[in-house]
Amino acid sequence: MSNYDAIVIGAGHNGLTNAAYLAKAGLNVVVLEKNEYIGGAAVSRELHEGWKYSNCSYVCSMMRQALHRDLDLGRHGLLLVPYLGTINFGDGDERLFSYHDEQAAHLELKRHSPHDADAMHRFQSDLTRYSQLIRKTLLRTPPDPTSLRPRDIMEFLYLAKQFWKLGEKEIYEYVRFFTMSAADFLDDYFENDLIKAAMASPGIIGTALGVYSPGSSYILLHHVMGDVDGSIGAWGLARGGMGAISAALAGAAQEHGAEIRTNAGVQQVLVKNGKAVGVVLENGDEVYARIVVSNLDAKRTFTRIMEKNDLPDGIYEKARNFKIRGSSGKVNIALSGMPKFSGVPENRYINRGGQGFTGSMETMERAYDCWKRGRWSDDPFVESVIPSAWDPTVAPPGQHWMSNFVQYCPPELADGPWTPEKRDQFGQTVIDKIERYSPGFSDLIVHMEVRTPHEIEQEIGLTEGNIFQGELTIDQLFFNRPFPGYGQYRMPVRNLYMCGSSTHPGGGVSSACGANAAREILIDLRRPNTVPEDDFYDE
Amino acid sequence: MKFDHTHFRQALLRTPFHDRFVELSTTEEWMAWNTYKVPRVVDKLPTEYFAVRSGCAVMDLTPMEKYRISGRGARDYLDRLVTRDISKLKAGRVTYVVWCNDEGKVIDDGTVFQLGENDYRLCAQHHQFDWLLMSARGFDVDIQVETHDVAALAVQGPTSWSVLAAAGISNLEQLKPFGIADLRCGDIPVTVSRTGYTGDLGYELWMDPANALQVWDAIFSVQGQYDIHAMGLSALEMVRIEAGFIMPGFDFNTAEATIRNGYDRSPFEVGLGWVVNLDKGHFTGRKALLAEKSRPAKRRLTKIVVDGNKPVGEAFIYDGKNGKQTGEIKCATWSPILKANLALADIEFINGRLPAQLWARIDYQRELKWHSAWAECHSHSKPFYVPEYRSATPPMRY
Repeated sequence: MSNYDAIVIGAGHNGLTNAAYLAKAGLNVVVLEKNEYIGGAAVSRELHEGWKYSNCSYVCSMMRQALHRDLDLGRHGLLLVPYLGTINFGDGDERLFSYHDEQAAHLELKRHSPHDADAMHRFQSDLTRYSQLIRKTLLRTPPDPTSLRPRDIMEFLYLAKQFWKLGEKEIYEYVRFFTMSAADFLDDYFENDLIKAAMASPGIIGTALGVYSPGSSYILLHHVMGDVDGSIGAWGLARGGMGAISAALAGAAQEHGAEIRTNAGVQQVLVKNGKAVGVVLENGDEVYARIVVSNLDAKRTFTRIMEKNDLPDGIYEKARNFKIRGSSGKVNIALSGMPKFSGVPENRYINRGGQGFTGSMETMERAYDCWKRGRWSDDPFVESVIPSAWDPTVAPPGQHWMSNFVQYCPPELADGPWTPEKRDQFGQTVIDKIERYSPGFSDLIVHMEVRTPHEIEQEIGLTEGNIFQGELTIDQLFFNRPFPGYGQYRMPVRNLYMCGSSTHPGGGVSSACGANAAREILIDLRRPNTVPEDDFYDE
Repeated sequence: MKFDHTHFRQALLRTPFHDRFVELSTTEEWMAWNTYKVPRVVDKLPTEYFAVRSGCAVMDLTPMEKYRISGRGARDYLDRLVTRDISKLKAGRVTYVVWCNDEGKVIDDGTVFQLGENDYRLCAQHHQFDWLLMSARGFDVDIQVETHDVAALAVQGPTSWSVLAAAGISNLEQLKPFGIADLRCGDIPVTVSRTGYTGDLGYELWMDPANALQVWDAIFSVQGQYDIHAMGLSALEMVRIEAGFIMPGFDFNTAEATIRNGYDRSPFEVGLGWVVNLDKGHFTGRKALLAEKSRPAKRRLTKIVVDGNKPVGEAFIYDGKNGKQTGEIKCATWSPILKANLALADIEFINGRLPAQLWARIDYQRELKWHSAWAECHSHSKPFYVPEYRSATPPMRY
């Protein structure tokens, strides 16, 4: 039996961030991780000698710069490199190359549609405007709309002021935007299907929505509101894989005195007299603390590691009905060489970044149809990145690793449970898709890891393998996240907090949830705040 | 123009005149303009500047966005699009226009060329196809991008007419300012307009890109008689400020590219009230502009002369020496011909009027050391430099 100020359940990136800020405030913190490795879904694992896979999350753009600087993550080994030159593959021979140079990018779009090339400027201005507002909320605690506490009222006034600053026309547009589908949103700008498909793809990543589903335009924004060094919408690769982010956060947390225990899965949160007092580990050990912070998703927290009797009425049902639908799989492939893609010219500015096997709007919607019927997509949307083209630490020289994010893949199949055979068939579907655009691709495969939502849930603990710890739809965003009335990181049992992506601002490797939760906890414990204010580019 | 996969080998396109600029370039100072590679300075900035003011300067205009607007509804369409009354525009004439969004904020400026009946060319600084098509709903009009299909060359300066005449482009002497004529340079058809962005006598030549080099060579073939210089965009920046011309996207943010509320500008605010005709009938942005006109002016892009000779770069404007900040300089140049610092400044009005005093706080370097100085500024309502000869028809012969 041991005593701490705070227990953080789960060493995902938000749990580590939370622990770092609590420890920085002088608290005695322990992080309990069920796996033998830390990082949750931000990991780099060597499953085949010489290759380091970012097994789950694979690119980074949302990490809050202010936290990166404040926790000195650079000194703890984190290096985020922007990557360039994604190719989007149409159903047939069409290819859309993205260049970071504005002029080259314009010419490439013009090749597909002179109209769309011009409309892209308007699209980018509008998206940037939407991003700038939402970015202001990331490192802030959502106000409670039913509260009359000065802090909540002040926070609402702050938001109203930011919102008002948009101007009349933009306020209308913004409200409309939140409930639209990605397809409807893009129809306001573009005519070319491949351009639309490429732009729509961030609208479905990680969500069990299709490009035509209302709400997918917000998901699109969620994926483009990040930045790398001020280039909003750009994505970066963590040198050494996503595990480098977790390692740096762990380094910062430990430097401030936090303890991290692996192979320490939590069986149950102990509640006495309506207060969380500690946890029981899977090995039977008990750990006690003044507060308990769960980095697990809301469903797992309240339906798996809490006793139903310990919860106020209705919370179990809310957790059970929390929308956390798995929709994506991940195929990590070690390659003996750089794959060649058909219809793609030799060019150092493209073909070294990402590949979007987007097809068309219809292909993406049909892929979603399969998911609805409890099957993986037979012609899936695949977003790939070859980090080894940039990162010398993740594959042997001249050889490569390719991260393939796949939609859609259901957590449960209509024809019975997942089996290793079905998992491999799913993997083969992905390879077949890539092979269509890269003849000979299969011959380059040295090793591969196929992860369906089933594997992701089993290994990482994300319910249904949902990468956001819960859908990012407006009913589960902001002060509604995870549940209405619990948007400020304090949970229905006293001294119990949540700090994972199930809380505001949601999924993505941002560290914002963990930091926001730390700020609330420190207020409750009457400790000075250690969490910095965010940086903004629009001020 | 057809784009193929290989364009990435050159991230920037080459204009049809590019090879000639390469031959003449001693600076190798290139820049991007609207997806084309163009010279910033070809040889020496003062030489290029004085070519415009004293002799003849030749500049590549090909990257200018060009749209062909035709069809029975073309005139009505354009009249609805732009703030100016163009219903009286005639074939063979050009007019300067500006167009706004519904909020009455400037999207871009440009020139409308009426090439024939129901046949117009719109030249714009920025990409406009998106906006032009959106505005075309309900009009019987066809809009094509012809940026890459028409090569364009500006021939500017007091001797420009003499140069073109000597180069074999005849029948130009009766062409009035803002007139267009279909002529020939030798056997080559060339459309010539008496237009420019320099404030000097000058012409713009429009041609098939296939003939571009022949026209160029014809012009430069008379170099023995006349001093002709190829010119880059740096010299253009100097002369356009002298002439009091504004540049959307540089002197103020264009409406469709504006992210922050209040950072866009109306035609009145950028000093283009004279191209707004609120009586001509409905046009896009009219309602907002009517409302704006009924209120006291909030700000104005103002031509100012900054005292002294300290190089004016980016600077704040104050309503007095050590006063309150009231604006900022958007572009500035030293005028070699006027021996003065000229600038366009975005200035906030006080009670609907320009502040009585304007001072600029100028930060400048001397041998890498920064200094700071106050300089009084004087507003100027007319263009800074307008040579009388520029509108004479026929032009002065050299």
